[in-house]
Amino acid sequence: MRLIVLKIAIVLLLALLLLLPVAVANDDYAQQRQALISEIERNVALTRHYLDKSAFEKRVMDALAKVPRHEFVPEEVRESAYENRPLPIGHGQTISEPYIVALMTDLIETRPDFKVLEIGTGSAYQAAILAELVDRVYSIEIVRPLGEMAAQRLEKLGYKNIETRIADGYYGWKDSGPFDAILVTAAASHVPPPLIEQLKPGGKMVIPVGSRFMTQQLLFVEKAGDGTVSTRQVLPVRFVPLTGQH
Amino acid sequence: MRLFSIIQWHHFAYMVIGLALLGYGMSGTVVSIMQHALMRNFKAVYISSIVLFGITSVFAFLLAQQIPFNSEELLWDRQQLWFLAGLFVLLSIPFFFAATAICLAFMQFKKQTAKIYAADLVGASLGSAGIIVLLYWLFPQHALVTIGIVSVLSASAAVIELHVGKRKAAVTVIVLIAAGLLIVGQYVELNMSPYKSLQQIMRISGADIKHQRSGPMGLLTVVENKSVPFRHAPGLSLNAVDEPPPQMALFIDGDAMSVINQFSGSVTQLTFLDYMPSALPYHLDQPGSALIVGGGGGSSILQSIVHQVPDIDVLEMNSQVVELVDKVLGKYSGNLYSRERINTHVLEVRDYLGETNKNFDLIQLSLLDAFNSSSSGLHALNESYLYTIEAIQLYLQHLEPGGYLALTRWVNVPPRDSLKLMYTVVVAMQRLGIEDVSERLMFIRGWQTATLVVKNGRFTQAEILNAKKFCLQRSFDVAWLPGILESEVNRFNRLESASFYNAARHLLSKNSDDFLQQYKFDLRPASDDRPYFQHFFKWKTFRELFDLRNQGGMSLIEWGYLILVAMLFIALLLGVVLILLPLWFFYRIRHQTSMVRRSHVVFYFLAIGFAFLMIEIAFMQKFILFLHHPIYSVAVILAAFLLFAGVGSLASSRLVEKFGRKKLLVFCIAGIVFISLVYLGVLGELFSLFGGAVLTGRILLTVLLISPLAFLMGMPFPVAMASLGKHAESYIPWAWAINGCASVISASLATLLAISFGFNAVVLIALVLYLTTLKTYPDATSGA
Repeated sequence: MRLIVLKIAIVLLLALLLLLPVAVANDDYAQQRQALISEIERNVALTRHYLDKSAFEKRVMDALAKVPRHEFVPEEVRESAYENRPLPIGHGQTISEPYIVALMTDLIETRPDFKVLEIGTGSAYQAAILAELVDRVYSIEIVRPLGEMAAQRLEKLGYKNIETRIADGYYGWKDSGPFDAILVTAAASHVPPPLIEQLKPGGKMVIPVGSRFMTQQLLFVEKAGDGTVSTRQVLPVRFVPLTGQH
Repeated sequence: MRLFSIIQWHHFAYMVIGLALLGYGMSGTVVSIMQHALMRNFKAVYISSIVLFGITSVFAFLLAQQIPFNSEELLWDRQQLWFLAGLFVLLSIPFFFAATAICLAFMQFKKQTAKIYAADLVGASLGSAGIIVLLYWLFPQHALVTIGIVSVLSASAAVIELHVGKRKAAVTVIVLIAAGLLIVGQYVELNMSPYKSLQQIMRISGADIKHQRSGPMGLLTVVENKSVPFRHAPGLSLNAVDEPPPQMALFIDGDAMSVINQFSGSVTQLTFLDYMPSALPYHLDQPGSALIVGGGGGSSILQSIVHQVPDIDVLEMNSQVVELVDKVLGKYSGNLYSRERINTHVLEVRDYLGETNKNFDLIQLSLLDAFNSSSSGLHALNESYLYTIEAIQLYLQHLEPGGYLALTRWVNVPPRDSLKLMYTVVVAMQRLGIEDVSERLMFIRGWQTATLVVKNGRFTQAEILNAKKFCLQRSFDVAWLPGILESEVNRFNRLESASFYNAARHLLSKNSDDFLQQYKFDLRPASDDRPYFQHFFKWKTFRELFDLRNQGGMSLIEWGYLILVAMLFIALLLGVVLILLPLWFFYRIRHQTSMVRRSHVVFYFLAIGFAFLMIEIAFMQKFILFLHHPIYSVAVILAAFLLFAGVGSLASSRLVEKFGRKKLLVFCIAGIVFISLVYLGVLGELFSLFGGAVLTGRILLTVLLISPLAFLMGMPFPVAMASLGKHAESYIPWAWAINGCASVISASLATLLAISFGFNAVVLIALVLYLTTLKTYPDATSGA
């Protein structure tokens, strides 16, 4: 009997020893994530004059604090997962810097009953952030291997309110529209008219413009209650092009 | 350079190749340190160096493209610095071997210095012209393998001439190596950066490469995707409802995407072209004739067809683009370039307008970046003679009374290049003596593109109303119209403030200078002397943006200019660490007494190294205007400079006998200064006098003009080398290294100086440097 207890104790001890690094690592990631959140909060505070707010919505920051970004990047760049920088995810694609993800999510002013469409699933990190904030997320990816990988990842992480599809994003997701918000993270030479159609009156669309690694500006499209569409170009940086009052 | 333009981006290609030239300097260092050992085995080392140059030029490139360097990640990822360093080292290897061979030849055949230098220069001259021809025939990767094979085979000439024992065996080995390279060459493929647009497009299922063409102006690739259409319509209004027709994408060096629209003759599927800001002039009045500058894939031509212009002239300087769109894909594009009512000219715009007497109702330059020569690595510094004050004046002079000049650019926020263009137009008009500039300008913008329309005359009320209607229907914003009110701007595509309108107002006012000074980007207009339209960099803005780097500031920093500055510093640093320090250390110990003063050797060879390249680069730029095409200018000027400098070098040994070294040098420098100053004064006049001549004539005149200057510039190096050969032989590799080091630094320094002060200033600085050589000539009398 004593021998059995001893054996069980040894097995448990070994298991504990094996699991300890994982637990420590997760704990470590959690700490890094928190540090990242603090950094973004500091940056937003610095940007307050420009963004007209001193902080992003708390819900957005909570989502950022919850979603494990390291699970959305390839193994070889995992150690940089919680740096405020874009990272390559293979297939010539990138995962945006967390500051930009937060800014984009904040711009569409999500509500729990929202239905959001995303064009360009990529790593699915943005979809996961949205899934924490809204009722349903629909995400379309055109590059097959990326789309498949993203779907598997979301399933593994247990996201139930995200639907993914491998298709041409130009026509949106007509069956499930209209949407309260649309994020277009794929490169587009113009705003596809079908997407404007699938935006609800009062809905918002955000399109980052720039290179794979650097978002130069955000195109913010608003559809008014009467269906008229207007756009706004938002710089992600607090930068006034003129000194003095002109 | 072409290869790196394809697999990476061109500004970066320039930097890598510039630094790879350090191999030249490094070889001087190694040879000087190991000169006794090397010279004992001269034949073996010399021949092996030539063979190794051939082999490594292919393999170093193959290895280099395995390095996963990504310049955009450089800002965050320190590992990228190591990748970059790896690239430098790899790419300097072939240059190292080539330079070692030449340097050893200098040392072995001291009495024939002039001949060797001449052969070196003439060979380089043939090479620089030959590579242009080669690139028309072969893909760049195969051109590289060809160069490798030719250099390996050339070693057999050395085997025969040096009377090597077992000649047959040696030649056989050389031929076998060349054959090996030929086999390897079949498998050489370009490993393009995954972030280039072509690579991105090819990941989408259904993408298919239909055609690929190589040429010195770039690698052209045509892609079709029948399952996921491209729908490329930059600048399209949000109010447009029609989808563009099926399109094929056209890439230059895997980037700079434009499209070829499917066109059967019916314009019903092309209505989207009326929903672009660039369609504005067609709504002001019905033009009877139009000149489309930069035909490319044909969107601007189709826009003119849609608007029923009866007489359309099209300029496209890349003959391969015309052939591809018009012939190879003629059925698809509707033989766009050879349709009725369309006159196609394979010419650069300033060339064409310089020759023709024809005036137009509309001159249209729309989003030319995709097709201007800056996408070619040869032209990596982004100078453009399309948007200089002088160019705009030429366009305006070719407008019919009441005609329009329409210029469309990409929009960037905060506004930069559309404002610079507007100010360039303002200055050009003022210099033409036009006073009511603000009454002749319209400036509108969408979220992606902005169009500036300049009229040869004042805009009428009807035109102003038409413009307002055009913008309203398409939700485009007005940035400037005669008589516009502040309440009419920044309505559809809203910015934080009405920055386009405010800037336009200031640029048209009397206090535009204050505005330029206060604006955070450099909006000074580009001129033919300082043709850097894309240069907006200001140091004070850089500091501000760098502080904001974690809040999106990085993306607003212009890295092209900084990379140039970084390159200068890296070249300086590596030059000192790898070339000069070892030599200094070495000579302190072993050559304390010499007949020639060391400082003189340093300053003399530094000065001629700097000055030669500065003058060469400045004239290369200046002659783009005359030859109207950077490719011709680079090839002709480089070939002429090297060839006649070679002849000068050859002649120097005889002239030395006649006049003596020092006297010859004085003649030389006086000649260089005199000719350069005369050229600075009269080139502009000469260009406009002979600008209309046929290309062959202009090339001949260019060679004629360059030859006396180059002839004289070829002498200071061999004259001083011969002096060293006589009085301080062991300084030869040192001089070689210093000269190489100076050339590397000079390449980026000349460009930086030109960006700030213009090319005339670069020439003047070079002349001062040449004058200093009279004081530092390394003669025995200057010994310590």
